[in-house]
Amino acid sequence: MFSLGLTGLLVRRNLIFVLMSLEVMLNAAGLAFVVAGARWHQADGQVMFLFILAMAAAEVSVGLAMVLDVYHRFKSLDVDELSEMRG
Amino acid sequence: MISLLWLIPTLPFASALILVLIGSRLSKRLAAGFGVGSIGLSAVITILVAAGFLSSPPPGGSYSQTLWTWIDVAGFRPQIGFYLDSLSLVMLLVVTFVGFLIHVYSAEFMNEDQGYSRFFAYMNLFVASMLTLLLADNLLLLYLGWEGVGLCSYLLIGFWYRDPANGRAASKAFILTRIGDTALSIGLYLLFTQLGTLQIQGLMQRASVQWPSGSYYAVAAAFLLLGGAVGKSAQLPLQVWLPDAMAGPTPVSALLHAATMVTAGVYLIARTHVLFSLAPPAQLAVAVVGACTLLLAGFSALTQHDIKRILAYSTVSQIGYMFLALGVGAWQAAMFHFVTHAFFKALLFLGAGVIINALDEEHSIFRMGGLRKELPLTFWTFLIAGCSLAGLPFLTAGFFSKDLIIWDAWSAQYGYPAFWVAGIIGALLTALYTFRMIFRVFFGPLGMPVTKRPGYAMTVPLIVLAFLSIVGGSLKEPLLGFLGSALPSTIEAHAGALTEIRSEAVAGLIFLLGLYLAYLFYLQRRNLADALVANPIGRALHQWWFADWGLDWIYDKVFVQPFIWTSEINKSDFVDAFYTGVAWLAQWFYRGLSSTETGRVRWYAAGMAAGSALFLAMVVFK
Amino acid sequence: MELAFYIAGAVAVVSTVLMLTRLHIVHALLYLIVSLLGVAVVFYTLGASLVAALEVIIYAGAIMVLFVFVVMMLNLGAPEAEMEKNWLTPGIWVGPVILAGVLIIEVLYLVRGSTAGLGAGGVEPKQVGIALFGPYLIGVELASVLLLAGLVGAYQLGYRKIEKREIQHVADIDEGRTATGRGLVLPGADRPARTA
Repeated sequence: MFSLGLTGLLVRRNLIFVLMSLEVMLNAAGLAFVVAGARWHQADGQVMFLFILAMAAAEVSVGLAMVLDVYHRFKSLDVDELSEMRG
Repeated sequence: MISLLWLIPTLPFASALILVLIGSRLSKRLAAGFGVGSIGLSAVITILVAAGFLSSPPPGGSYSQTLWTWIDVAGFRPQIGFYLDSLSLVMLLVVTFVGFLIHVYSAEFMNEDQGYSRFFAYMNLFVASMLTLLLADNLLLLYLGWEGVGLCSYLLIGFWYRDPANGRAASKAFILTRIGDTALSIGLYLLFTQLGTLQIQGLMQRASVQWPSGSYYAVAAAFLLLGGAVGKSAQLPLQVWLPDAMAGPTPVSALLHAATMVTAGVYLIARTHVLFSLAPPAQLAVAVVGACTLLLAGFSALTQHDIKRILAYSTVSQIGYMFLALGVGAWQAAMFHFVTHAFFKALLFLGAGVIINALDEEHSIFRMGGLRKELPLTFWTFLIAGCSLAGLPFLTAGFFSKDLIIWDAWSAQYGYPAFWVAGIIGALLTALYTFRMIFRVFFGPLGMPVTKRPGYAMTVPLIVLAFLSIVGGSLKEPLLGFLGSALPSTIEAHAGALTEIRSEAVAGLIFLLGLYLAYLFYLQRRNLADALVANPIGRALHQWWFADWGLDWIYDKVFVQPFIWTSEINKSDFVDAFYTGVAWLAQWFYRGLSSTETGRVRWYAAGMAAGSALFLAMVVFK
Repeated sequence: MELAFYIAGAVAVVSTVLMLTRLHIVHALLYLIVSLLGVAVVFYTLGASLVAALEVIIYAGAIMVLFVFVVMMLNLGAPEAEMEKNWLTPGIWVGPVILAGVLIIEVLYLVRGSTAGLGAGGVEPKQVGIALFGPYLIGVELASVLLLAGLVGAYQLGYRKIEKREIQHVADIDEGRTATGRGLVLPGADRPARTA
């Protein structure tokens, strides 16, 4: 799942798709945590997943706000357009 | 009295130091006071020392005074020591006295120039170095003075430094004398390694004991010393710097390049005469150099139109006479000619300075004319000096000294008839160019109007020097006798058909011939001279002699251009490649690394993914 | 139970793959939601019922809804799908697939040999709750701070100065309402046409 998310991140050029792939990656990481917790019968895995969840929520809200800003500024959602910091 | 010897070089040196440090804050009068006063004091002390020396001559004919030990390493102990004998005393008197007169003259001459105190600082430093050179008791201290006068020559020639041509002339002088200095220092190394000391008297003794006449070491050392003398005294082949050195102020030309510095080479050879006696080929070379130079410079002087350049070539020629005298073994005659030459050549230069000043910086004799009525005092003193230079029989000092040399060129131990002929032709040339100059400048219609007349500070030295140029002839017998304690007497080897009287007669006739020819060409019928030059052979010769027999051109082609060429192709040599390579490497890395900063998110993400893959690989395949 | 695990896992993976390759963004979003639901089922089969519920509620429920809101606001539809068609050439998949493939292989290599099956029972929500209020209390507090920061940041970034045109538009609406006495504003001649 993580690799799939990574592939999606690298391939797609639409900013929304990038964020979605990011969500997939986070989800995959959380899944790994929960599985590990279930394997060793400890609550820690699920606790970690809860934290990851909270973090994902915050990140999505901020990220989507930024997407709106980017759209208004650059009039496009192509991540390759957003390369002003090139050297 | 005689123990005041050490003050003689020290006073000008102290004055130079003071002028260097606070000279710019002193008023002109005070700076001149220091500058002129220190030399004046040195002159007075020299007279006192001379009086003491003459009244009660020290034993062995020489007096030594050691100040302190300069270097003490591995048995090499040169000292700051002064050695006074008749030779150095004679030169001391001339240098301080003529130097004093020139300083008085320049107090007025340089009055309108900036850098007044700087001028006197340099002049005082020069005199101090020259006196050190004369009084040194070992060759290392002499070399110190030698270098000091070279430095001051550079500083003074390029005194008006704002004009780059002056700087170039100064550099040329310095570089050419440097070539001679290098030869001299190699000679010093040779002498020290072979004989174990640089003390002059000790050196002469050991040389005469250790080296048989004509031995390889003696010849080599003598040739090296000759090389140094040739550079400093502007003889063939290194004489090309002296005409260009006229770019400096006229008092500088008078002091350095007429009376004192250029005679340092003569002094060196006279001091180390024992060495030259042990090396007959070197001594012959001295004579040949002198003879060739006097002829060459005479021809060149005949074609010049800048009044100072005429006098410069004349100086080269007269020093050629001195070298000729040294070469044939007429040591005392050379020194006698040095004394008289200092008088009349300094006078000629100072007079030229008056003329140049009066005509508002005009140097060309073809634009001058008729100054006889305008500057009468200058005219008479200049005429006296010119006659002395050309050798007016019996009335002038120059006649006695020059004819002594011409006679000795025939009759001395190493004299040859060819040298005599060269001396006679040189005398003819001297008369020709001297009177050409005098007739052009002082006679005929007025060329340019006189704007400034000299004041007392400039005319009094002229009068004094003119007086000395006349009565100096009577010094002949006493001077030669006095010098006998330091220099061997001339051995009259062969006379043959000529006697001294006959030689003098011939020389006198030559003088008259030269005078008449100059009169003919330059006063009566001026177009005759122009006709001579218009003829193609005449023009070619004229241009060739004007360019100093093409030596400048030869040096440029042989030395300067190849040097510039090699330094051009060596500008980016392989050592540079190391440094440029470092820069290139940094730039290469920069280009490479900056291409990874694309600003694209996906690129960075790919980078991170690849990196983590690598890390995992390292963990997995540990 | 194990069968459910495998089926749900397969559904999650397949729908993720489909999500990646869709051109229309709303299709991709919907596939993502399906994937998340699949993962929730996986959680449930592992006995972590709490996180399964949370996954559905928060991840698929809130976060995905945010995505849908933004897509709707930006009006991303068919024209963007055309652009995606141009961007998604087959050749573009090669590099990332290789990179991701390398990572997968490495990870699989690392976890090979650990054969433990699923233990019986799971972790009760009660246990999770005790862990949260116990050792992980500070994490909870930090998470709340993080959420606050996210809130403030999102608000600041999303703030947009309202243009005069929009104020004028609102004023016109009010005027129209009072003028005609009706609550609704109809596009008509007494109002300038709106330039989009």
